[in-house]
Amino acid sequence: MIIADRKPLGELLEMVKECNKILILGCKGCVTVCNVGGTKEVGVLASILKIARKKEGRPIEVEEKTIERQCDPEYIAQVKDMVGQYDAVISMACGVGPQFLSEAYPDQRFFPAVNTTSFGGAVSHGIWAERCAGCGTCLIHHFDGLCPIARCSKSLLHGPCGGSASGKCEISKEVDCIWDMIVKKKMEKGRLQDLTKMKPNKDWRTARDGGPRKSVREELVQ
Amino acid sequence: MSDLKSGSNLEKVLRAGHFALTGECGPPKGANVAHLKEKFSHLKGVVDAVNVTDNQTAVVRMSSWAASAVMIQNGVEPNFQMVCRDRNRLAMQSDILGAYAMGVRNMLCLSGDHQTFGNHPQAKNVYDIDSMQLISLVKKMRDEAKFLNDEDIDVPPRMFIGAAANPFADPFEFRVYRLAMKIAAGADFIQTQCIYNMEKFRAFMKMAVDMGLHEKAFILAGITPMKSVGMAQYMAKSVPGMDVPESLIKRLKGAGKGKVAEEGVQFAIEQIQEFKQMKGIAGIHLMAIEWEHKVPEIAERSGLLPRPKVD
Repeated sequence: MIIADRKPLGELLEMVKECNKILILGCKGCVTVCNVGGTKEVGVLASILKIARKKEGRPIEVEEKTIERQCDPEYIAQVKDMVGQYDAVISMACGVGPQFLSEAYPDQRFFPAVNTTSFGGAVSHGIWAERCAGCGTCLIHHFDGLCPIARCSKSLLHGPCGGSASGKCEISKEVDCIWDMIVKKKMEKGRLQDLTKMKPNKDWRTARDGGPRKSVREELVQ
Repeated sequence: MSDLKSGSNLEKVLRAGHFALTGECGPPKGANVAHLKEKFSHLKGVVDAVNVTDNQTAVVRMSSWAASAVMIQNGVEPNFQMVCRDRNRLAMQSDILGAYAMGVRNMLCLSGDHQTFGNHPQAKNVYDIDSMQLISLVKKMRDEAKFLNDEDIDVPPRMFIGAAANPFADPFEFRVYRLAMKIAAGADFIQTQCIYNMEKFRAFMKMAVDMGLHEKAFILAGITPMKSVGMAQYMAKSVPGMDVPESLIKRLKGAGKGKVAEEGVQFAIEQIQEFKQMKGIAGIHLMAIEWEHKVPEIAERSGLLPRPKVD
């Protein structure tokens, strides 16, 4: 799923400082699963903003709603009758949400409430970690199910670099060295020779480096 | 010696069978050419080539190719370092050609320290290709006179290709395979990370020799003399992939006030004496960090002077 973190309160207050009436719009997709932008978090943010503004002596009117997804026109259409009545709509979806909303409702201002960070999953309760960099050409099968593009700080195809120590990355003891994991798994499974073959230079055109990407399923296009 | 790949002094010294000595010089944090000249002046005639670091520890400095060019103008042979952190494949290839045009004949291919270490941690990291692929790229440019896209190069860069090896990073068992890959990719010579744990290094070299790697590339053992107990403790704790045994720190501490630096130099000299005898070692890479003026003394006391002249 897409992982996000809520923006700091100060930044959100700055965004809405000119606003007297806003809507906070949650999303029941990925951001609900990673506990950052679902119904519950919409409610929490609404309360925090109201309290903070009340303290400033400039109360703000905040409405709340959460829709199925903010990355699909069908669900975006559900808020058609609501938008237009607010000084701003704060989207709690990933970066896709405020953009789909802005495209659908050009007269309404939409602000992002979260910083979208990565594609990943829950590694333990309350902790989500990156697993995919969306490079557009998956190589995981070469590395026994572990991705060095997303998980090596240098995206090395021939690691581990000289900074790998005790299974940790040189950038932080909090970061696992994925190459340490790849090498150990290959050794354990008797497939170390896989790593002694030279990998071709990566073609980054399928990643963001090639420009904005689009996926087309011809059979579905009308 | 018509079969020389680059014709660099370092290549000639190694191919003639001499025990090589390379030094290192970090470019200044500015365009202070006088300071740069002062630093490498201590190495002139004392080493066979001088590594010119490329924004080492991700701290911005004068570019390594420009500092290399200044060295050449002053009669010192550089070993131009290039890291994968700051350049994509376009910039790499153009800088390789540019460096060659300025007279650079040795080049060390590295991944580079991650930018979070340095003074611009906000920077975007590039890592378009990795160090293994950079070695292969330089070899292709030199031997096939082709760019990465197979277009012809009009006058190819004839570089003596170097790579690094860190026997002290993890996992230890894989390190020798990674070295073998770098040699297979095209490395002509190897410079190792600073060695302090001699026992581990002996084990590493035994594996390398058993695999015949010393017959395929020249392996230079990395040495950085310790200037102080603080430096040893810092390297032990804060430099990733560095292995400083407690016994060495104890030895330095035991030297007593005002004598630690000499003890550090003495340890380096003992290392050099052992490396001269160690099977598979073709020379020394002496990285006297901000201590360039000490190199002539260490070289002299280790019996590495005068340096051979090979035509």
